[in-house]
Amino acid sequence: MSTLTQQAGPATAGPAHPLRQRRPLGDRTFQIVALACGLLVLVILVLIAFSTTQQASSWFKTEGWAIFTNDWNPAANKFGALAFIYGTAITAAIAVIMAVPVSVGIALLLTEVVPYRWARPIVYVIDLLAVVPSVVWGLWGILVFAPWIANIYKSIASGVAGIPVLDNLFGAPTSGASFFTAGIILAFMITPIVTSLSREVIATVPAIDKEGAYALGATRLEMITGAVWPHSKGGITGAVLLGLGRAMGETIAAALVIGSSATITSHLFAPGDSMPAVIANQFGEASGVFRAALIGLGVLLFAFTIIINIIARLIVGRSAEQGTA
Amino acid sequence: MAAITEPQLGPNLEEPAGWRRTKNRMATVLMVVSFVLVIIPLVFVLYTVVVKGIKIISWSFLTSGPIPPNVAPADVGGIGPAVLGTIEIVALATAMAVPLGVLGAIYLNEYGGKGVLARLIGFFSDVMTGVPSIVMGLFIFSIWVLHFQFSGFAGALALGCLMLPVVIRSTDEMLKLVPNPLREGSYALGASKARVTVTVVLPAAIGGIVSGALLAIARAAGETAPLLFTILTVTTANPNPFSGPNTSLPSQIFANATSPYVGAQDRAWGTALTLIVIAFVLMIAARIITARFSRFSR
Repeated sequence: MSTLTQQAGPATAGPAHPLRQRRPLGDRTFQIVALACGLLVLVILVLIAFSTTQQASSWFKTEGWAIFTNDWNPAANKFGALAFIYGTAITAAIAVIMAVPVSVGIALLLTEVVPYRWARPIVYVIDLLAVVPSVVWGLWGILVFAPWIANIYKSIASGVAGIPVLDNLFGAPTSGASFFTAGIILAFMITPIVTSLSREVIATVPAIDKEGAYALGATRLEMITGAVWPHSKGGITGAVLLGLGRAMGETIAAALVIGSSATITSHLFAPGDSMPAVIANQFGEASGVFRAALIGLGVLLFAFTIIINIIARLIVGRSAEQGTA
Repeated sequence: MAAITEPQLGPNLEEPAGWRRTKNRMATVLMVVSFVLVIIPLVFVLYTVVVKGIKIISWSFLTSGPIPPNVAPADVGGIGPAVLGTIEIVALATAMAVPLGVLGAIYLNEYGGKGVLARLIGFFSDVMTGVPSIVMGLFIFSIWVLHFQFSGFAGALALGCLMLPVVIRSTDEMLKLVPNPLREGSYALGASKARVTVTVVLPAAIGGIVSGALLAIARAAGETAPLLFTILTVTTANPNPFSGPNTSLPSQIFANATSPYVGAQDRAWGTALTLIVIAFVLMIAARIITARFSRFSR
């Protein structure tokens, strides 16, 4: 680490520092250029917030708090976005509920069960999942997956008919393109990131804790619940939040399979809409307040995902520091 | 450390030993099942794309244009304009994001160290990777397209914003792996910091940096959302990325996916296969480079 403190520390070598004053111009220029590139990240984030909010201001001004009503009717100049916020929350929740147990299971499989030479190919396969573009998931989702799963929805819906809560969730009306289909596709898409982050977190569990558990005669499951879980639950919470952020912002796959209908319903098998999906589907024909409203949805989405990501990164970072400390 | 090691680990003697073993087996089986649950959709998607796409793909499909209207069958015309557009846009995005990202990472690792500013930038690079791609599209629409019209360059700006934090993070990881004695040896010979970074540190980490950049390119090539409001998806080839609307492979798939016409759907499958092959080739290239050129690994 000594090199890293060199330019800051005046007490590195000898008295009076004639060398420091003669730091060549090129050297200083390089440092300034590098700093500027680093600052670019902060500049872009600030610019995103500023420029999109400015473009959306007419929506915020004309609707006021009515942006949170359930009344989206561009023809009548009504732009209440509650249905999309609801759709985003529901689909992201479905995705997280399905993806998290699977991801944590794979992470545990990779870190605690299989030997290293098997872990590599498994990681490659999970990475393949991440490389399949969003639009390909959407294409497959709408042309292959949705028609196929619509039949399953129908049989589930007839099976739960009359049962109080389940009927409200899984009863009619059913459609292949729905909240639930979007949730499933999003679950496939966030599995790689949740898996790799959980794996990183679990890998920081001190070997001595795990060996101690085994030495006490614990089975692998008991070792995981006793030594791995207490150590990594914080980090895994962070990983889950990051997955949630991804699921909320995922656009194209959701736009294709969610069914594009601005409705709030408890029926998960019914078509709905989400914030990124409605932006992608309706931006082309929008102008004036309509366009401002769609950009405003982007502002809300940016705010939600930034907050979730900041919290998640703080949690993951803290847990990683604990692991290495 | 003491707070986290309170596991109730003594075997519960009231529990039959066989039950403990069974529970353990069940847990292992569940882990394997979760992996299988992920394999199934992956295989299903890849199978569908390959089977439906391979029938469509031919040299003329990849190169000829303009892209025919949705009603036309798939053997008419091709997606040449989209191939050209994707190459233009991704190349421009790479030319912007990779140098800036590498320099940013150099600041984080070589100059900033553990200082507040460097940690802040590092933290927000992580946060920025979570910004939804559609927000990047809206951002570039607001600051660029509204003033300078749709163009391939606007799309490249949006993709570049998505790639920048990814490149910063992967490069930063690689620079961290370069051992300090290499740097110290060069300082001892009287080299300046910039010179050490450019001639010693970067070459030592180049394998990892390139493979990280390739993975970022693979992700960017498949992005649709940031391009929707920046290039405006047209059907004719536009060899000039700096003026006039353009098109790309993912935007063509999006435009065709909801079409009821078989020809349009077939074209979408062929385009999807093209896109997946590009992404996989980039990913495999990244793996090979990591394996062959990385001198320092974790």
